[in-house]
Amino acid sequence: MNNKIKRILPQLLTILFVVFVFGFFTINAQVNMDNRGIDFGFGFLSQEASFDMQFTLLDYDGQDSYLWAYVVALLNTLLVSFLGIIFCTILGVVIGVARLSQNFLIKNSAAWYVEFFRNIPLLLQIFFWYYAALRALPLPENAQPWFGVTYMTIKGYYIPSMIWENLNVFMSCLIAAIVAIIFIRIYARKIQEKEGKQLPVLYISLALITILPLLSFLVGGVTLDFEMPVLKQLAQTSFIFEGGIALPPELIALVLALSLYTSTFVAECVRAGIQGISKGQKEAAASVGLTPNQILKLVIMPQALRIIIPPTTNQYLNLTKNSSLAAAIAYPDLVLVFAGTALMQTGKAIEIVGITMLTYLSISLAIAALMNWYNKRIEIKEK
Amino acid sequence: MNLSLNRIKSQNQMTNIYIGSALLILSILDVFLNSFFRINISGSLPGNLSIFFPLILGFLGLSYLRTEYSGYKFLDSLNKNINTTNFNAFLTLFITFAIIKAFPPALSWMVLDANISGDTKEACTGTGACWTYIKVWFKRFMYGMYPNELHWRINSAFLLVIGLGFVGYFFKENLKKYLALYYVVIYPIIAFLIIYYLISGGSFGLVWVETGAWGGLSLTFIVSFFCLIFCFPLGMILALGRRSNLPAIRYISVGYIEFWRGVPLITVLFMSSVMFPMFLPQDFFMNKLVRVIIAITLFEAAYCAEVIRGGLQALPRGQYDAAKSLGMGYWKMHIFVILPQALKLVIPGIANTFLALVKDTPLIFVVGLAEIAGMLALAKTNPKWLGFAMEGYIFAAIIFWIICYAMSKYSYNLEEKYKTER
Repeated sequence: MNNKIKRILPQLLTILFVVFVFGFFTINAQVNMDNRGIDFGFGFLSQEASFDMQFTLLDYDGQDSYLWAYVVALLNTLLVSFLGIIFCTILGVVIGVARLSQNFLIKNSAAWYVEFFRNIPLLLQIFFWYYAALRALPLPENAQPWFGVTYMTIKGYYIPSMIWENLNVFMSCLIAAIVAIIFIRIYARKIQEKEGKQLPVLYISLALITILPLLSFLVGGVTLDFEMPVLKQLAQTSFIFEGGIALPPELIALVLALSLYTSTFVAECVRAGIQGISKGQKEAAASVGLTPNQILKLVIMPQALRIIIPPTTNQYLNLTKNSSLAAAIAYPDLVLVFAGTALMQTGKAIEIVGITMLTYLSISLAIAALMNWYNKRIEIKEK
Repeated sequence: MNLSLNRIKSQNQMTNIYIGSALLILSILDVFLNSFFRINISGSLPGNLSIFFPLILGFLGLSYLRTEYSGYKFLDSLNKNINTTNFNAFLTLFITFAIIKAFPPALSWMVLDANISGDTKEACTGTGACWTYIKVWFKRFMYGMYPNELHWRINSAFLLVIGLGFVGYFFKENLKKYLALYYVVIYPIIAFLIIYYLISGGSFGLVWVETGAWGGLSLTFIVSFFCLIFCFPLGMILALGRRSNLPAIRYISVGYIEFWRGVPLITVLFMSSVMFPMFLPQDFFMNKLVRVIIAITLFEAAYCAEVIRGGLQALPRGQYDAAKSLGMGYWKMHIFVILPQALKLVIPGIANTFLALVKDTPLIFVVGLAEIAGMLALAKTNPKWLGFAMEGYIFAAIIFWIICYAMSKYSYNLEEKYKTER
């Protein structure tokens, strides 16, 4: 009996405490909102947003609803995170491997890269790129082309845009190729397990993924045109580029800072992962007669990835959360558009901040769940 | 590639070394003269060849130099460290040349062409950096809008707080058992009182200074310091809660931790500035700085809890079993056996959390506190000082880099120290 009380009493008290705190806040919120004449509700989401966004992926103008503004802003956030994740992975892997190089110079420059970018607050890095470095770029009329067709100017980065015809045919060809590759891989593994023969899977996949989409051009009537950015004079001294895609400087600064900053952490994860594999593994693999490539592919990487991937996903998550710093340089991301402009206009503080936090929370939890599933899958099955 | 290059080499090793070092020195000299004195000795070569000339030359030189063993110490260490393969040699040259190329412009911008004299914008005449800007604004970057003649109050408050932090080292043996009590309870309270009475004033004959005037780097320290000392006890409770075998407590702790870890700090700050006032009683006003400190503390406590949980999990089960078999209850077991050991394990982790906290603090600029990033934004848009954003951000970056680098090295040392002690 005594034991039961010991178990139940603390739990009851904790629950009471939580309920009390929430109740206190709710009652206060109710009183405050009554006094200010605000009512709680999500009806505002269907109202007209009537503000503009500088950069959007989907069509949006001021007549659209707050809900649509939310979707568009969320897409902007996801775009920054996506680009950041790609670049920080590439940089991080290169730097991480370079830190293990036998070359004294390479090893040390990689180490200094990591120490340098890791120890400066991300916000300052974003500000540096946006307010200092990118402001030193040339005006549109003075810009020299990069790679012949793209222009880096103070007003943004202009790249050619693609104009597709029958894009869906091309896409379905691509998907068909990918599905075929997956089936071939499964088939090849079966053959290998049964007969010990190895099919040249890599070459077959390469051939499939180039030939099928190419066929769609020749047979399926798919065409691809490029629209080049062209300099246009607005007034005596004012020029802009027209056509193509314009990436605003906010996006560039944000992606640069995020990927440079996060790549240092990814590099550390990669280094730890590769260092975590004992030398004996490599030697054992070599002594059974595997070639260096096979050792890397079949012995080192599967084990190293097991160490590398969980902390790296964590870094991706951090990057996604850090992309909210966009608000500081006025890139129209979720926080700026929704928790900033929309909140100012509607005054629905609780609903809007709540929605914003829940959005980030669900992204985090979704990635965490995916991570757990993956971890379970690759975990060493111990008996 | 390797084969053909080996064939060029003559049989005589000494000849190889002479040819190799001559080529290498020539290539480095070319880049050096080019970048420091603007003399282009390979200028007579056609077009793009002049750019690649030193790379090709140095590459050939290094491949001539590459031998198993030459007898010269310097050459052997060179071969072993930076010249093992063609690929390595290429990267070595590339990095060396990039450093030589980048050095003179950076030097001339930061030092040679820079200005530091005078105290108006007109003093900056050179093409380099304008450090006058930093000189004039230095006090603002450090102390925000805090009145100039009262800066000694901030300085002495910091010195006192730091000094009190080291008091624990001088405790006598018989006082050692109160060490934890001192750091977890007494020290935070004293530090709070010092900062409250000395920096904001209002009593003891000190002039009242509003928190709105606090700013600059000192505000960064105040915020991160308070958040750390407050989030630590909260994190400890949450970590214990998460490992508790009472389901309600465990789920509430897990929910709390996962919630705060799942949202970005910036939304938490928005919450503290626009949403939190709605949750307070009607005529209860809470200072913005206090709200921000509470928000960051709640946020950081979740991260702190995870670090402490790591320490708790790292303890062997035997410790729990031994404590229980001595008849200790839950609290006795944790206070006297588990926590002292676990906390020692997590000191490096806590240092890392603090590092992250310091790096996150500039974010409070977003809700309008004039922290160093805020002061920079203010100075940058001052009509008398337009166009010096670069200098400002470089200055702030250097300061933060020094602080964070020192802290990361310190936490690394702690980690090494505790690794060997176990």
